[in-house]
Amino acid sequence: MKVLVPVKRVIDYNVKVRVKGDGSGVDLANVKMSMNPFDEIACEAAIRMKESGAVEEVIAVSIGVKQAQETLRTALAMGCDRAILIVATDDVHTDIEPLAVAKLLKAVVDAEEPGLVICGKQAIDNDMNATGQMLSALLGWSQATFASKIDIDGDHATVKREVDGGMQSIKVKMPAVISVDLRLNEPRYASLPNIMKAKKKPLDEKTPEDYGVDVSPRLEVVKTAEPPERDAGIIVKSVDELLDKLKNEAGVI
Amino acid sequence: MKTSAPADHDDLRDALRALCADFPAAYHRRHGADETYPEEFIDALTKAGWMAAMIPAEFGGSGLGLTEASIVMEEINRAGGNAGHCHGQMYNMSTLLRHGSEAQKKSYLPKVASGELRLQSMAVTEPTTGTDTTKLKTTAVKKGNDRYVINGQKVWISRVQHSDLMILLARTTPLSEVKRKSEGLSVFLLELAQVVGKGMEVKPIANMVGHETNELFFDDLEIPAETLIGEEGQGFRYILDGLNAERALIAAECIGDGYWFVEKASRYANERQVFGRPIGQNQGIQFPIARAFVNVEAANLMRFEACRRFDAGEPAGAQANMAKLLAADASWEAANACLQTFGGFGFAEEYDVERKFRETRLYQVAPISTNLILSYVAEHILDMPRSF
Ligand SMILES: Cc1cc2nc3c(=O)[nH]c(=O)nc-3n(C[C@H](O)[C@H](O)[C@H](O)COP(=O)(O)OP(=O)(O)OC[C@H]3O[C@@H](n4cnc5c(N)ncnc54)[C@H](O)[C@@H]3O)c2cc1C
Ligand SMILES: Cc1cc2nc3c(=O)[nH]c(=O)nc-3n(C[C@H](O)[C@H](O)[C@H](O)COP(=O)(O)OP(=O)(O)OC[C@H]3O[C@@H](n4cnc5c(N)ncnc54)[C@H](O)[C@@H]3O)c2cc1C
Repeated sequence: MKVLVPVKRVIDYNVKVRVKGDGSGVDLANVKMSMNPFDEIACEAAIRMKESGAVEEVIAVSIGVKQAQETLRTALAMGCDRAILIVATDDVHTDIEPLAVAKLLKAVVDAEEPGLVICGKQAIDNDMNATGQMLSALLGWSQATFASKIDIDGDHATVKREVDGGMQSIKVKMPAVISVDLRLNEPRYASLPNIMKAKKKPLDEKTPEDYGVDVSPRLEVVKTAEPPERDAGIIVKSVDELLDKLKNEAGVI
Repeated sequence: MKTSAPADHDDLRDALRALCADFPAAYHRRHGADETYPEEFIDALTKAGWMAAMIPAEFGGSGLGLTEASIVMEEINRAGGNAGHCHGQMYNMSTLLRHGSEAQKKSYLPKVASGELRLQSMAVTEPTTGTDTTKLKTTAVKKGNDRYVINGQKVWISRVQHSDLMILLARTTPLSEVKRKSEGLSVFLLELAQVVGKGMEVKPIANMVGHETNELFFDDLEIPAETLIGEEGQGFRYILDGLNAERALIAAECIGDGYWFVEKASRYANERQVFGRPIGQNQGIQFPIARAFVNVEAANLMRFEACRRFDAGEPAGAQANMAKLLAADASWEAANACLQTFGGFGFAEEYDVERKFRETRLYQVAPISTNLILSYVAEHILDMPRSF
C-alpha cells in the first residue's frame, strides 16, 4: 500500500504573528516558515507504518508557493520516500483554499492510487479543518478525523478520535482519509544522514493546470485583526468574592 | 530574531533546534551546577549523526565541511547549551582527516562515526610553557623501531574522561637540534584505555565553566609507533590545521552565545516593567543590546569567511584568528549587556545568564587569548616586529 501525506508550509508556531497594516492578512514576508505541526504528526504516522512493514511507499504532497520545496525536504528527511510539489501561486500571502487543495489532492490520488491518505486535522495558519473532509467526499472514501490512534487491519481501520466528550473509536472501511490530532505521536527530528539523503530523493514539480484544477479563490477575507489585549487579572480574597464577581461583574454564572 | 547568516543551512538548523529543544535550559543548568558531563545530550547528537558531520561518507559520516560543523556548535550554544563538551571531535577530525594514514582513518573513523569511539581530546598546553607552544617540554623518544616513550606534563586537557581517543603533541627532536623551533614536534593518536594508569595519570581541575578538564602526567609511557600521525617532526604543521578549525568553531560557539544573550536580553527588556514601562524603552538598556547584536552579526561574517577558506583548502589562519577575536569580544559584550539588563535577576541561577556569562568568558583566554591573536595579526599580517 502507498500512503499519501499532504503537508502545508505555514508560519512557524514560534513566530509572533503580526497583522499587516492594511488588515488584509498576516505578514509573511521574511518570516520563518515551517511544516504545519499536525502534518509532521501525519508524516510520522505514515513513516511508522512503513517501518512496521504495513506500507511500501510514503509520498508527501505540498500545494502552495515554490518555497514549499523546503517543507517537502523536511518530510523527506523525516523518512517520506518521494515528494510532489504543486506550485499554485508565487505570492507567499496567497492561501490556497481547502476546496482547491482537496481537488488537487484528489487528482494526485487518482494518479498515484494510494490506499490511504493521512493529513493533519487543520493547518495552524487558517485553522480551516476542512481539507481532509472535503477530500474524502470528493473521493467517496471513508473519513476518520482527529485521530489519536490508528490501527489498520486489512480492509478496515480502527481509529480512536478525540471528540469533545472524550474518546470515540470508529471502524472505517479502507481506502480512507484520516486526519490526525496532536496526541497521535511525537514526530521525530531529522538526523543529519537523513537530511543528506533527502537532498537526493525525487521531488516532482507540477502545476494545478497539470491536473486541470482551477485554484482561483472563492472566499474573501474581509478583515484580519490582532486579538484584543488581555487585561491584567486580579486576586480575590475569598470564594464568596469570586462568586460575586462572576455573577455580578462578569455575568457568566 | 532575524540574522544575516545565509539561509543555506536552515535545514540543518531546524533539525538541530528540534533536537536541542529536548534538552531545555534546566538540563544544562543542572550539569553546569553538578559539574557533570551532559552524556544524554552528547549521545543524542551522536545518534542523530551530528558528531560525524565532517567524517567522509565512505567512513560512515556525512562528509560535510567546517562550515556545517560550525553550525552544529553555534546551534548548541544558541539553544542554551555548551558545545565545549563536544567540540573537540570536530577540530581533532581535521588533523586526522588531513594528515592521518589510510590505515588510521580506516580503523578509527567508522567507529567514531557510529559513536562507538569518541575523539574528543587534544593535549597541547603545558603548565610551564603556556601559549609558547613550540617550547613545550613533553618528549617522545623513539625506542627500537616500534615504540615511543613519552615523558612530561600537560594541563587543561579537556574531556579526557569522556573520550576514547586523544591527540598528543610532543617533541621528538630536541629544540637545540632543529633549524626552526616549529620543527621536531610530532602528533600521536592515543587510545586512552591503553594509556590511562599505564604511564599516563589524569588529575581533574575544578574550574569556573563546568568543563571536564585535567592535568596529565606522563611517566615513561610507551606507545606503539603506529600512533604517529603523518611524518615525525612535522606535527606542529598538522596541529595548526586542527587549531585553525578550532578557532573557527569557537567563533561559531561565541556567535551562538551572542545570539542567545541578545535574544534573552531583548525579550526581558520588553517584559520587565520598572517605572511604569518596559525597561527596554530606555536607550540606556536598548542601545547596549543593539550594539552587541551588531557586533555579533559582524563577527559572524568573518566566521563564515574563515570556514569557507578552510573548506576550500585556502590559507585560513588569519581569518580563523580574526573570527575568534571578533566573536569572543562580541559574545562577551552581549553577555555583559544581558547581565546588566537582567539587573539583580541576572545573578540568579534560574535565568541561566550567569552560567552562560561564565561560559562565554572562557573564550577571551582559550584556546588562544585575545592578546596572542593581536600579536599574530600585528606580526604576520601587518609586518610589524615581533613583540616578544
Ligand atoms: C577550560 C579550559 C579548557 C582547555 N582545554 C584545553 C585542551 O583541551 N587542550 C589544550 O591543549 N589546552 C586546553 N586549554 C588551554 C588553553 O589553550 C590555554 O589556557 C591558553 O592557550 C592560554 O595558555 P595559558 O593558560 O598557559 O596562558 P599563558 O600563556 O600563561 O598566558 C597568560 C596571559 O598572558 C598573556 N600573554 C602571554 N604571552 C603574551 C605575550 N607575548 N604578549 C601579550 N600577552 C601575553 C595571555 O594573553 C594571557 O592573557 C584549556 C583551557 C581552559 C581554561
Ligand atoms: C546578590 C544580590 C544581593 C542583593 N541584596 C539586597 C539586599 O540585601 N537588600 C535589598 O533590598 N536588595 C538587594 N538586592 C537587590 C538589588 O539592589 C537590585 O537587584 C538592584 O537594585 C536592581 O534592581 P532590579 O534587580 O529589580 O533591576 P531592575 O530595576 O529590573 O533593572 C533592570 C535593568 O534595567 C535598568 N533600568 C531600569 N530602569 C531604567 C531607566 N529608567 N533607565 C535606564 N535603565 C533602567 C537598570 O539599570 C538595570 O540594568 C540584591 C541583589 C543581588 C543580585
